[in-house]
Order: sequence, then C-alpha cells, then structure tokens
Amino acid sequence: MTDRKMITLTIEGRQVQVPEGTSMLEAARSAGVLIPHYCYHPGLPVAGVCRMCLVEVEKAPKLAPACATAVADGQVIHVHSDKAREARTGVLEMLLINHPLDCPICDQSGECELQDYTYAEGRKSSRYREAKRFNPVEDFGGDVLYVPNRCILCTRCVRFMDDVAHDPVLNVSERGDRAVIGKFEDQDLTHPWAGNVVDLCPVGALLSKDFLNKARSWDLDRAASICPNCSQGCNATLETRDNVVVRIRPRPNDEVNRYFLCDEGRLDYRWLNRRDRIEYPHVRRDHALAPVEWEIAVDAAAVALRGRQAFVLASPGLSNETLFLLARIRDRTGGRGAFRVRQGAEAPLPGVPDLALRADRAANGRGAELLGFSRSETPLEGLRNGDVLIVADEELAGIDPASVATAVARAASIIVVGTTLPAWASGAAVVLPVANMAEEDGTFTNLRGRVQRYLQAKQAPGLVRPAWSALGDLLTALGESALYFLPSDVFAALAAAVPAFAGLDYDRLGLVGVPVAGDGAATAAAGALVGAAP
Amino acid sequence: MGFPHRSHPRETPVLSQHFGDPDARSLAGWRQRGGYRALEQALTMEPAAIVGIVKESGLRGRGGAGFPTGLKWSFMKPGDGKPHYLCCNADESEPGTFKDREIMRWTPHALVEGCAIGAYAIGAETAYVYIRGEFTEPLQRMTDAVREAYAEGILGPNALGSGKRVDVYVHKGAGAYICGEETALMNSLEGRRGNPRIKPPFPAVAGLFGKPTTINNVETLAAVPHIINNGAEWYKAMCQGNPKSTGTKLYSVCGNIARPGNYEVVMGFPFKDFLYDLCGGPPPGRRFKAIIPGGSSVPIQTIAEAEATVMDYEGFVAEGTMLGSGGVICIDDAQCMVKQIARLARFYAHESCAQCTQCREGTAWTTKIMERIEAGQGTREDLDTLLEIADNMTGKTICVLSDSCAVPVVSGIQKFRDEFEAHITQQRCPFRGAAAGGGVATAVAA
Ligand SMILES: Cc1cc2nc3c(=O)[nH]c(=O)nc-3n(C[C@H](O)[C@H](O)[C@H](O)COP(=O)(O)O)c2cc1C
Ligand code: SF4
Ligand code: SF4
Ligand code: SF4
Ligand code: FES
Repeated sequence: MTDRKMITLTIEGRQVQVPEGTSMLEAARSAGVLIPHYCYHPGLPVAGVCRMCLVEVEKAPKLAPACATAVADGQVIHVHSDKAREARTGVLEMLLINHPLDCPICDQSGECELQDYTYAEGRKSSRYREAKRFNPVEDFGGDVLYVPNRCILCTRCVRFMDDVAHDPVLNVSERGDRAVIGKFEDQDLTHPWAGNVVDLCPVGALLSKDFLNKARSWDLDRAASICPNCSQGCNATLETRDNVVVRIRPRPNDEVNRYFLCDEGRLDYRWLNRRDRIEYPHVRRDHALAPVEWEIAVDAAAVALRGRQAFVLASPGLSNETLFLLARIRDRTGGRGAFRVRQGAEAPLPGVPDLALRADRAANGRGAELLGFSRSETPLEGLRNGDVLIVADEELAGIDPASVATAVARAASIIVVGTTLPAWASGAAVVLPVANMAEEDGTFTNLRGRVQRYLQAKQAPGLVRPAWSALGDLLTALGESALYFLPSDVFAALAAAVPAFAGLDYDRLGLVGVPVAGDGAATAAAGALVGAAP
Repeated sequence: MGFPHRSHPRETPVLSQHFGDPDARSLAGWRQRGGYRALEQALTMEPAAIVGIVKESGLRGRGGAGFPTGLKWSFMKPGDGKPHYLCCNADESEPGTFKDREIMRWTPHALVEGCAIGAYAIGAETAYVYIRGEFTEPLQRMTDAVREAYAEGILGPNALGSGKRVDVYVHKGAGAYICGEETALMNSLEGRRGNPRIKPPFPAVAGLFGKPTTINNVETLAAVPHIINNGAEWYKAMCQGNPKSTGTKLYSVCGNIARPGNYEVVMGFPFKDFLYDLCGGPPPGRRFKAIIPGGSSVPIQTIAEAEATVMDYEGFVAEGTMLGSGGVICIDDAQCMVKQIARLARFYAHESCAQCTQCREGTAWTTKIMERIEAGQGTREDLDTLLEIADNMTGKTICVLSDSCAVPVVSGIQKFRDEFEAHITQQRCPFRGAAAGGGVATAVAA
C-alpha cells in the first residue's frame, strides 16, 4: 500500500489524493462526495452493471462508471453536472418502469436506496404506459423471501453468495427484461451467513421472513451495539420498536465483521425481550422472597457476604464493567469465580479473513478470562462448603438440574444478580434485578481481545438497574470506595486496575473498539486483580 | 461468387472463390486448390514478420468495428511467459448477416489455416473457434476439417513438421447473440454466463482465462492465408475508394431484393451498382425504400443515401451509416418501416444480457412503444419518448448492444417520420391492407 503511487485529481471541485488504482467512486468517497450507486458495495467485487454511478470526466468523450474506473492524474470529475445528473435520472426512470412502487406495503420503505435517489433525482412522473412485468414472490429458503418485481438486478446478492459466502446458490436467470434472480435447483439460502443478502439488497426485493411486516423502518429506534451471541463480537445495530427489539443488523467494522452478521446472530434476539424478568429487588423473609427497596437488598447482600468467601458464577455475557466489579467482590472476600461458555458449531464466512460464528456462544468469555474467572464446563465445581454463591446472570441452561442442586447445596447462601431467577437458585437470600445488554451501556472484549462498546437500546423494566450500578453500591456497602455514576467511571477504574486494559479510554473506544494491550500482557494479567480501584 | 447465384463478372471472388464447390471441403481438395501453403510458409517466418505483413496489407476486422487487424495483433507480446489465446468469432448472429456461415460451410480449411497462422503470429499455441449454436452444418464442417488437419499433422504439437505447436478447438455456442460480443464470448468459452465484461482490461491484457487474447472474425482470419500467399501489396491494391479500406469484402444480401445471397467485391465498389447490377434490384414492381447496409446494428439509410454510397468503411460513414458486418438488408416500398424497426427492437430486447439497466429495460420499453405505435395506438409524445430512451441507451452501457437497439429507432424516426406520424394520426398501420407496390406516398397518404 505505502509504495503505491499517489494520484491527484479533482472531484466536484475538491482536490483529492488517492493511491493509484483507486476507483473514482472510492476516491470521491474519501473526499466526502457521494456518487449515487446501486451495484457497488464496498464488501463485494465490482460489477459495474447498474450504470447509476456514471460521472462526467472533463475531456473524456463518454460518461464513466465511477465504480469500475480507476482514477488518473489530473482528472477533473463532475458528479452533479447536467450530463451526469440526466444519466442518473435516466437510469432511475428505467429502474422504475417495471417497478411495482408498492412502497406502502414494502418492508424496505424508508430505508430504500431506490426511494432515496428517486426523491433526489428522479422524474416527477412516469412516462411508462405499458403493462408492468410480473413475477410471483419466491421463498429462497433460510430467512429469505425474493420479491422479483422489486428487484433492480444489481447482483449484490449473487456476488455475496459467490464471492463472499463461497456458496453459489443464486444466479441471474433469463435475459433482457425477463431476467430475475434465480436459485439453483434443490439449493436454498441456508448458508449460515446467507441472511446478509437481505441487508445488501438496496431495495425491497430480498426480505427477512423474521422481520416481515413487523415495523415501518421509520418507527424503529436504533442503537449501536455488539452482537451478544458469540465471541466474534460483530458490530451490530439493535433496532427496537416500542421498546421491543425487532431486528439486529450488521454495523460496518473492517477489523471485525466488515459489513456482515451471521444468521444465528441476527435471528437470536428474542431473549432480549423476555417477559419472565425479575423486576424488583428481593430479600428472603419468612422463607419467601419479598420485594424490597434497592438499599435494603444491597445491605442484605453485604450482610450475607460478611466474613465469608464469595464464589462468583459469572455469565460470559456480562460486560467488562460488571465482571470487573464482580472480580473485586471475589478478591475482596478471598473467593473464587468461574464461568461456562455454551458451545455451538463454528461457521466461518470464507470470503472474510478471521470472521466466523464462533464455537463460544457468548460475547465476553475473553473479558471474563482477563478478569481472572476460570473457565469450566462444570463451573460450580469450585464452590466450597460455606461459600456465598453469587449467581451473576447465569442460568446454567443444559446442565442436569439435579447435579446443579447438589452443588448449590454447599453454599451458605445465594445472592442472585441477574435478569431472571433460575429454579435452582430460588432459595436465594437476596435477588438484585439487573439490565440485560440491550438495556445498558457497556463494553465486551472479543476473542481477539478487542474492547468494543455497546449502547443502550431499550428501557429496563420495573426497578431494574444496570449490574455495574448495583454492584458499585454493593462494593460500597462492603466498605470499598466505589462511587460510580456512569459506566465510563467503572471502565476508568478497570483500565487503572487491570494491566490488560491499561491505557484504554472509554470515549476513545469509539464505536469500532480498540484492542487490549498485547496478548502476552493480557494473559499475564489474568488472575487476581492487583490493588483496589480508585 | 454471388452464392447461391452465379458469380457476377464485377465481383472479385477471393474468399468466396470455392463457394458451391463441395470438393473444396476436404483436405485433399483444399490442398489441390493451394491450401496450407500459406501456413507452411508462415511457420518458417518470425511471428513479428507475419504481423508486419498483415499490418501492411491494411486488413481490418470484418466482425463489425473495422479495427486494423495487424495493429490488434501487435498488442500481443509473444514471449511474455504467459499462455496466449486466439479466439475466432464464428457466432455470426447479427440479423442480416450470413457470410461466415458460407465460409465455414464451403471452405472450412481456409478458416483452420487462418486460425493457425493467426495463432502463431500472436504467440498463441491455442485457437478456439466459437461457432453459433444454431449453425449445425458449419459446426460439422469445421469439426471434420479440424479432425483431418490433426490426422495429417497440420495441427498439433508439431504443426506441418515445423516443431511448433498449434492447436485449434471448435466450440459450439448455446445460442445467444450476445456471445458474439468478444468478452461475452470469452466468458461463454470459460463456461460462464455470456455476459460482456467491463473494459479495461482489454482482451490483449486479460482475455480468455485471464490471459492475453486476440479475437477475430471468421472473415478476417480467412483472408489471412491469401495475404500471406499473395503479399500485402496485392491485398492493398484491391481498393477503389479510401486507401484505409483494402481488400475484398463479403456482403450478405437479404430482404426485398431480386437475388439475395453472398457477394464479394473490392473495397470502394459503388453501392448503387451493387444493389441493382449484382443483386438485381428490388422485386418486380417495387422500389427500394431503405437499406440497412451493415447488419441490423447500423443506421438505416434512405435509398438516396444508399445509392450515393461508396462501399468501404469511410464511404458508409459518409452516408450516415457504417459498413458493420456487411449484412445488407433491403426494404422496399411495400414495407412498413415502423413494423421493421419494431421487429429489430424486439430482437435486441430478446438478446440483451440484462446486466445494464438502460439496456435491459430500454430495449424492452422501446419494443413495447414501437409495437404499440405499429398497432395504431401511438401518440406524438411517444416519438419524443423513444428518442429520449434512445439517448439514455447510447454510450452508457458495458457493450454496444444497447446502442444498437437505439440506432434503427433514431435513424428510423429521423428518416421516416412521416410513416410514424401516419400510424399515429390514422390510428392504424397504413400499410395493413394497402395494395402491394402502392409505395410510401400512397400508403402514408391513405
Ligand atoms: C452485441 C455484439 C455482437 C457481436 N457479434 C459478433 C459476431 O457474431 N461475430 C463477430 O465476428 N463479431 C461480433 N461482434 C464484434 C466483436 O465484439 C468483435 O469486435 C469482433 O469479433 C472482432 O473481430 P474483428 O476485429 O476481426 O472484426 C459483436 C459485437 C457486439 C457488441
Ligand atoms: S423497493 Fe423501494 S421503491 Fe420499491 S416498493 Fe420497496 S420501498 Fe418502494
Ligand atoms: S434481489 Fe436485491 S440484491 Fe439481488 S439483484 Fe435484486 S435488487 Fe440486487
Ligand atoms: S449493453 Fe446490454 S447486452 Fe451489453 S452488457 Fe449491457 S445489458 Fe448486456
Ligand atoms: S455502481 Fe457503478 S455501475 Fe453500479
């Protein structure tokens, strides 16, 4: 890259310097100029078919397709000249003649590139007087429906399956205006990453069955997030409607997931909307759990811990901040802690290096390791007679309940810090109800040690508080100075206390994250925390 | 030779000399007629010297664009360590064009020889002949000829004992006009969908299988042995018009004409004499109205323009059209231009590969409007719309199929507007039911 020759050119009056071989479209993008496009997508090979990106180049006889033309020194490119604009208006008119324009019932409406550019530069009315082409909706398998009448044949979906998923299931069938996207005989869009074609489709031609008719895009609230479903840490956007998560979509991050999200990740979000939540703090009174004020519950937890060692059963889906505070309670009482990571089949996306749905189906196993929790298939093994068991949002799903009950019986008492109350923990002395990841701000550390922020996407129910906030109070009640008003306060304490996180700054994590200090340092730091936090 | 008619004395049969002579098809017969002497000589020469002779001869591509063949060959750099390929474009699907078909039917060895010389000249060991899927007889003839040539050691690892390798493969297309476009042809040969590729890169840099490739039309390659045998000066001397157009050209003549068929004349021949003397003029009782002289993709000429034309690359351009593939489509005064143009548009709409928006949608839209006008349901605004669609379809797509659809529409509206308007004002086709031979004026005024 560094030894590539630099080219200087002018786009829309701005001077730009880019490496030789850069396309006009990307050069413009680097100068902050949008060249309208459909078939171009930064995550796919160039096709140059939609002809939307035609630009005028001074001294050139013809308009040039900006996505498929390399820049040349001294070029002067016009995106908004009359000729270029008329060409785009012409393409839009052609794209619309056979288009059903059924925006009112189209899931893409509001986030449709055909709508957007038509509003910007399309003709006011249609000159098309003939019958429109019709093809019926098709089930493409997996989560995908194909609505051929809305297809603009940009071939993004075909290229994704061919060149990124390496599973050539889709094709362009037929010629001329009979052309449609076809699916090879007996093959379906069942590749574990196939759902990306729905996001890649610039129009409403490929739809998610899961999201079908769920919401108008303008009714959605969106929050930058991290997919919580595996250790890859794909950057995602959580989309909610009326405080309910209805869709997860990829958020670009070249270092982690480029533009993509796997199907399991995108479809596994309903747990964020669980209705069986504990909504109020509880303490045990007269053999039953009774709802109480937060202060009373926190004090009861502190009392339970006094003079005993804590055993923390941590969920690997908790934030770095929460795990850090749990680690401090653990270490303060001279206790121990463990976590278990649910396993699943690994599913790589072959066209992107180091991107896979990981076997570890939890977002923050790496963070738990860095904070000194031990990883185990049978995490309650280390629980000793007389320990106080802190269950931190872990239900131990899939483990034999009888063996869990036997292990739990060793505990002097149980404190639940969680979103739900597992049956085996119903004998808890104290229950502190906390937010799930969609309801709080926080950070995860992915399998490569990248620390990434996620933002709150919905309101928590009842009196639920973020775990970091509740645990800060508990630590204070235990006699530590742990007054935190924001997750960034906890993160600052974490960065100061744990060498692996040294030098990281919450704000500077931005929305694409920063790797923790070299893996060596990270490993060395795994273990008891050194010194207390400010 | 004016195959299937007797050769006219004013023709100059070089490529068509043996059309209609079944004995010329076999290897033995072809050798008796001087075959493979040129290849034998070429294999003793430096490739660059062959390219030099072809350059000097002034031979230009007969596939449509008229690009100088020697110059095209010189883009290949023999000895760059990469495999090179020669493709022979025998997909001949341009409406009105059937000259390559006759070359392959009657003189298949001429093409095998031309391919072998061309391959050697550009440093390629392999030539592919891509034959239109519907061409069953030409495919058989070519397959037989290649088999004979291998059996006799003309082709193969030691071509004609020269120690040089020349392989020729015959490939059957699957029946798509677009596969005649050079890069679509390469995709098709590679087993992919026949979609034209974005250029650059040009085939000479990255063509078939991503390797440097030259592609030439059948007629172009078939002319090469004659040039090697008789010299560049001989070929260059066959020129009655612009010195940039040399040699002979085969024209396929069809439509409303007394003697349809293939005719071979030297560059610069007067088109008027060609149409009336050689081809016998329009059918009895009719007059020519329009001529499409270079296959369906070139602008339509009025008969006045055609009669003033000198038949060479520059001469056709001077009269508002192009030489193209040399497929001469004759239209007489009993024909409805709107109907003819609608039919052409329908062809392009059927054949568009569907990659480019303007072509995929524009060819079909144009067809629908043209057919509506022809059915008497057009409006005046339709004509403006047609011209604007044509403008949108021109110069903006990956290949020129899109432009080719616009060409007859634009030239048709420009030159035969009265017929379009008659359809619109009379709300019917003025030719429907009109007496044959009634002429434009009568039909349009009716
Ligand atoms: C849509 C389309 C169809 C074409 N079909 C043919 C064809 O059937 N035969 C042919 O020789 N050239 C055809 N051409 C031209 C070729 O792309 C190419 O220019 C030609 O084969 C080069 O050979 P030449 O230099 O010997 O003329 C076609 C071009 C286009 C755009
Ligand atoms: S694809 Fe876009 S333009 Fe088409 S119906 Fe859907 S929202 Fe409307
Ligand atoms: S389905 Fe969507 S992505 Fe695929 S070609 Fe059609 S418009 Fe493009
Ligand atoms: S112009 Fe037409 S035929 Fe040529 S590449 Fe584009 S869509 Fe295909
Ligand atoms: S974005 Fe350039 S041709 Fe489609």
